[in-house]
Amino acid sequence: MTTITSRRVVGGVGESVRRPDGIPKVTGGFAYASDLVADRMLWGATLRSPFARARLVALDTAPALAMPGVHAVLTQDDVPGSATFGQVDQDQPVFCDGEARYWGEPVAVVAADDPETARLAVNAILVEWDELPPVTDSEQAADAGSVFREMEIRRGDPAVGGSVVIEGLYEIATQDQAPLGPEAGLAIPDHQGGLDLYITSQWVHVDHRQIVACLGVTDDQVRCHPAGIGGAFGAREDISLHIHIALLALRTGRPIKMVYNRTESFAGHVKRHPARMWYRHESDADGHLVKVTARLLLDGGAYAHTSPAVIANAAYFTVGPYRCDNVFVEAVVVRTNNPPAGAMRGFGVVQTCFAHESQMDLLADAVGVGPLEVRRRNALVVGDPLNTSGQTIEGSLPTLEVLDALASIPLPAESEGSDPRRLPGGTGLTTPPAAVRRGVGYAFGIKNLAFSEAFDDYADARVALTSAGVEVHTAAIEVGQGLVTVCQQIARTVLGVDRVAVIWDDTSKIGSAGSTSASRQTQMTGGAVHAAAVGLLEEILATHDGDELTNEGVRRADELVATMTEVCTDGPIEHTVRFRHPPTEESDEFGQGAVHAGFAVAAHRAVVDVDPDLGLVRVLQVDTAQDVGKALNPDAVVGQMEGGILMGVGLAVMEELVIDAGVILNPTFTDYLLPTFLDAPDVETRMIEEPDHWGPFGAKGVGEPPTISSTPAVVAAIRAATGRPLTRVPVRPEDIVGLNRDA
Amino acid sequence: MTVTIIVNGEPRATAAAGWESLLSVLRDEFGLRGSKDACEQGECGSCTVLLDGDSVCSCLVMIGDCEGARVATVEGLAQADVLHSVQQALLEAGGVQCGFCTPGFVVAGAHLLEQNPHPTEDEIKEALAGNICRCTGYGAILRAFVRLAAGEGK
Repeated sequence: MTTITSRRVVGGVGESVRRPDGIPKVTGGFAYASDLVADRMLWGATLRSPFARARLVALDTAPALAMPGVHAVLTQDDVPGSATFGQVDQDQPVFCDGEARYWGEPVAVVAADDPETARLAVNAILVEWDELPPVTDSEQAADAGSVFREMEIRRGDPAVGGSVVIEGLYEIATQDQAPLGPEAGLAIPDHQGGLDLYITSQWVHVDHRQIVACLGVTDDQVRCHPAGIGGAFGAREDISLHIHIALLALRTGRPIKMVYNRTESFAGHVKRHPARMWYRHESDADGHLVKVTARLLLDGGAYAHTSPAVIANAAYFTVGPYRCDNVFVEAVVVRTNNPPAGAMRGFGVVQTCFAHESQMDLLADAVGVGPLEVRRRNALVVGDPLNTSGQTIEGSLPTLEVLDALASIPLPAESEGSDPRRLPGGTGLTTPPAAVRRGVGYAFGIKNLAFSEAFDDYADARVALTSAGVEVHTAAIEVGQGLVTVCQQIARTVLGVDRVAVIWDDTSKIGSAGSTSASRQTQMTGGAVHAAAVGLLEEILATHDGDELTNEGVRRADELVATMTEVCTDGPIEHTVRFRHPPTEESDEFGQGAVHAGFAVAAHRAVVDVDPDLGLVRVLQVDTAQDVGKALNPDAVVGQMEGGILMGVGLAVMEELVIDAGVILNPTFTDYLLPTFLDAPDVETRMIEEPDHWGPFGAKGVGEPPTISSTPAVVAAIRAATGRPLTRVPVRPEDIVGLNRDA
Repeated sequence: MTVTIIVNGEPRATAAAGWESLLSVLRDEFGLRGSKDACEQGECGSCTVLLDGDSVCSCLVMIGDCEGARVATVEGLAQADVLHSVQQALLEAGGVQCGFCTPGFVVAGAHLLEQNPHPTEDEIKEALAGNICRCTGYGAILRAFVRLAAGEGK
């Protein structure tokens, strides 16, 4: 008798399977939230504060309401339930509550027959403001005690010191996620006091909780549906227009569509926290870290959003993937009148990685070793305590393998020649090509995976076998990263059935999948799909006394004993699972404890050419090795690595929201520079596969590490080319120009 | 005033105000929502269409200037169930993540290959530099067009 394995599936784990939503996406048929329409639909528009801080003296909506085609104008007085919302702290009013606290804060919304009438009606609302001086300096806010969260980490002996001391002060400006798809949504009233919502989101269940509270309705009256998302990167983890369109739909009894324009989008979602970070590294004469002391100051802007989680990440990853037994960190995130900050890819860790990697390069120089060598000497490995929390590192952490793999990637040719398209500034280059300076830099980062600090982190999924194939039901949000494909691959591999459809259920049909953030969905929703599929398989095999499931049905000893139709005679067979990762702890008062569920590392090497006259940088190559656990879909992992690198390159050399007195001066794609095809470096990738302890098939989340250490690698390369200290990102031309006068 | 344009070979009339953008007429009046609205400043290329054979950002074109124009949108590229070679290549290379930029890349890329069937890597990057992708880092998109330029996938 031949042993038949149940792994004869096409499109299982480990294959670079194509996306099931790929064809509608390339033909233009895929429906994003901004593409949705409904019969009798009205259009919403938003009146926003023109000031970062101002008292609302008078608000008269009557002129707008009197306009033909205008159906409703709503303000804070029209919020029937909770006056405020928020994912962590409910501190943000649905509309301005008498004082505007950031530029662009919503004041009122309008519903009208068409978008133009809605915009005109917004302009017709009469508002009188009394402008107040905004608090925009984070040090000043900290001194005033205006904080969202303050943390202290104390580990080891404060009295010890090292013979080599490196100090630095680092600064990160404000980066925007700038997803291409704008905030958008459609609210459809059910005429029984409830509604169905199709809104850009990263976590429909956490939206649902906040929406229901503000509407003052019961949980079952609101159904939040996963909608088509044009990128997210953290921008959609918090509420934008959700409550506004729900209120308009309930007031008018008509479907409401709202789409932010690009300037509103910049105003209407949270950004990466700008940060100031003071560091002191102390090492022995060979560069082994002895003590790290740091003070981290992050600006959370006007409302809390996820600031408490962001500051924790910053604090716990103050030191990076290095051994160090004495670590002292004060970390604070403050409330100001700057644009609200929240989640963005690598939240909190992007900031500190720029600082700790700048410090490690200075340390390498001070002790006379290369940048890779100083990182090897200090690399954390499994079984070590994490330098900040002291928890023992479990699972896998192939730090040395990552560094070695990166070092093995060949460097580019020494010169890009004279084709101006391959030189800094492109065809605008005025410097002789021979004067262009080349630099190479390295950086190394570590990130926690999924949610930390005793958060009850779970994902629900249901896997059903029908006579037509397998259905995976989830409310997890596909933002483009490819979770939809990974869910199919896991179900195919476990069940041995090729036909798998992923069905996005609304909040009334399935439990929370948690957020599409923190690199968590492949492990969390993937883990839930895996567990549900295993449960389903065991039940089916037990029922039919079979030993494997195939596309045809249940087999026993190589013979078909029940066809799919027979297996599903009484209807679909389903299994629902709530998957949790190993529990994490609250830390003690000094940040000690097993606060994280897992870790991943990545390293980057950047090669840049710099025009010394104009201060322009061309990032020509960024290579990476990344700890991925197990690549469930290798092409998709490479896509995360390449895309994450370019976002990190953007922060290194061009992406900055310019904010003056709390006002964003460049809230358009003309003025906020995003990397184009010509700005994108060549990328060589290496995946290090050492299975982790709890992800499906040993997989780790891969979305954030590419963005974390790519930025400091690029800056290190620019330092190598220019000799400038470059303690702030993004590096601007004015930080570089004048090099020929330095000599 | 009525403006008539030929969209993907079919004459379509609109009574939209002359200052409305071609993009908003395509999306909101004709229901052709494959062309995306992401910046309304001609910076991101998500709304790229062919206007009388030229690749343009439809958000920057006033409908009043389009009388009699031939407009090709992403919806018109696939023939029945057969994808255009650019669509197929982007799918196979993994050049689609969120996909919001994809229709623009499909139209701009098809136009590039019509003008220059065998572009170099630098020519590909230059021709598509008006289309922003926030997800992929352009690597997989480049690989798709390199294969097409080499004559594969046609």
